[in-house]
Amino acid sequence: MLDQLEAALRPPKLEMAPYPAKHILLANGETLVVRPASMDEADVLLEIIDPLKTLDRDFYDIVSARLYAELLGWKRHRVRNEYCLVGVINGELAGIVNGRMFDEHHGISYHTLALKRGLRIGAHLFASKMEHHIEYLGQDEVWIVAESPIGHRRWMIEYPLQQKFSIQHELGGAPSWVLTRETYFKARPRLVTGTRPVPEELLACSHPIRKPDLRTMLVQIGDTLEAKL
Amino acid sequence: MRDVAIIGASTTQFGRAQWSLLKLMAEAAHGAITNADLGGRKIDAVYVANMGSARNNRQAGIASALVDRMNLYPAAADTVENGPASGASAVKNGFLAVASGMCDLVLVAGGERMREVNNIEATEFVSFLSHRYAEYIYGITLPALAGMFARLWMNKYGVTSEHLAMVAIKNHSNAMLNPNAHIKMPITMEGILHSPDAEMNNPYIAEPLRFFDCCPVSDGAAAVLLAPAEMAGEFTKKPVIISGFGQATDTQAVHERPDPTVLTAVQIAARKAFDMAGLKPRDISLAELHDAFTILEIAQSEQVGFFPEGTGHIALEKGETQIAGKLPINTSGGLKAKGHPVGATGVSQIVELVFQLRGEAGKRQVKNPKHGFALNFGGFGNNVVATILTKGA
Repeated sequence: MLDQLEAALRPPKLEMAPYPAKHILLANGETLVVRPASMDEADVLLEIIDPLKTLDRDFYDIVSARLYAELLGWKRHRVRNEYCLVGVINGELAGIVNGRMFDEHHGISYHTLALKRGLRIGAHLFASKMEHHIEYLGQDEVWIVAESPIGHRRWMIEYPLQQKFSIQHELGGAPSWVLTRETYFKARPRLVTGTRPVPEELLACSHPIRKPDLRTMLVQIGDTLEAKL
Repeated sequence: MRDVAIIGASTTQFGRAQWSLLKLMAEAAHGAITNADLGGRKIDAVYVANMGSARNNRQAGIASALVDRMNLYPAAADTVENGPASGASAVKNGFLAVASGMCDLVLVAGGERMREVNNIEATEFVSFLSHRYAEYIYGITLPALAGMFARLWMNKYGVTSEHLAMVAIKNHSNAMLNPNAHIKMPITMEGILHSPDAEMNNPYIAEPLRFFDCCPVSDGAAAVLLAPAEMAGEFTKKPVIISGFGQATDTQAVHERPDPTVLTAVQIAARKAFDMAGLKPRDISLAELHDAFTILEIAQSEQVGFFPEGTGHIALEKGETQIAGKLPINTSGGLKAKGHPVGATGVSQIVELVFQLRGEAGKRQVKNPKHGFALNFGGFGNNVVATILTKGA
């Protein structure tokens, strides 16, 4: 039973349709399961993200620090209508994306974090996030900003997104870009992949989330043996 | 002319460095020097291969800087800039210095730190080697040239996307066995070409070339130490002899060639190298070819004379170019997966041959190799250096 003060601090919620899990065959032959994360998985996600907050390679520090705060806000019920999707390979976390519904018609993309690089996991997860907003949450558009040049190339240029500088994205910084339903369905054949349903055995393998080895993850993200350890 | 031996060889790990180009090159140079037992002998000259340090790393005069960093004074020092063929060109210059009797001990180092700039700038800096008024101003890049070349080659010889993918899969697999390779990740035919997800995993870069048909942008350095063959025994128990060199040029603008699928400079450079070594292509035990794009490995394997015209992809299909095949190609992982730090590449190809001929290539060791062949491909085939190494007695 929530006390009155806590209840007052929690934002009201919109109904959110669930994201149906899918699986994607990666270039190296491994299978990525993309599925929604449950709130009881927040702790393990936070634990995995934590050491990346000081890794300045390709803006991993700012993306990780902000994602950490957003997931903490999700866990503590301080962000309205937030969701989190995870990419899992053989039970091991390979990437995270999150966002939220601003209202019934508009979505806000928060962050995309790939923990295993070189396999386009970030691109697959971002595409899944857009799929969630447009196809399952049924929204008209998603507001997006990028913090890294990689993000800018992947989202703004590759889709391509439209400028909507009249809107200030709540992450601050650069003005918003927007993915509309029209843009999404044009890009869908090129950029949104995956097969449903996920075979039960494969889906079961994605629970519980296993932490990647820290050294392997840092070296892989840093793309160098000189990554901070 | 004196015979010339390689008495020391070394490479850094290729990939993404957080330290300076000079430090990378010093690491490779130090490795090559300590690989030989110089007994206090001084190095007479240093040749450094590099293409873009002044632009990308704000460091010009890199040869002088390396001498200073390594305390090699008063060694003569020259930087060799010959586009992607800078590495083998620098080795050739070092070879000439020793062969002529002008120098005894010559250090050749090649290095590039390309990831100090973003990948758009890196692609542009490499495209500076195209024809300024016939190609560059129209936005041509090396992937674009390779894409057009691939299309012509595929139409002419029946090469398919599967063949290109086979090159990538083989070279990624070889790189898994090379601790110094940039990309140590296996890839599968299904994952990059045949599955419904492959389009996203492996998008077109310059059709028909896809992401996994192109080499990565890498940092790295490699070095060799040269000495007269007659003195090599003083410094190492495993000398490797430089038995052949060949170099040739072609039109800078690719469209000016009567048939762009004929890589004349490759053919001439290879023929010169074989003539100098007194060898035939069939005598070669392994080769490092310049697979900046997968199609180039197939094309070069024919044009240097290893396989008849139009059959390079058939040899690939049969597994002849795998490590255990008749003619292993790119045992290091090639530019495709070992990486392509432009100035380092030609030296690095030679370092791989040295490791193989000495029997020091670890899990990727070819069985009893005698002669190794390297092809360093500058521009889009407008300046090519072929090198043949032979196992020392």
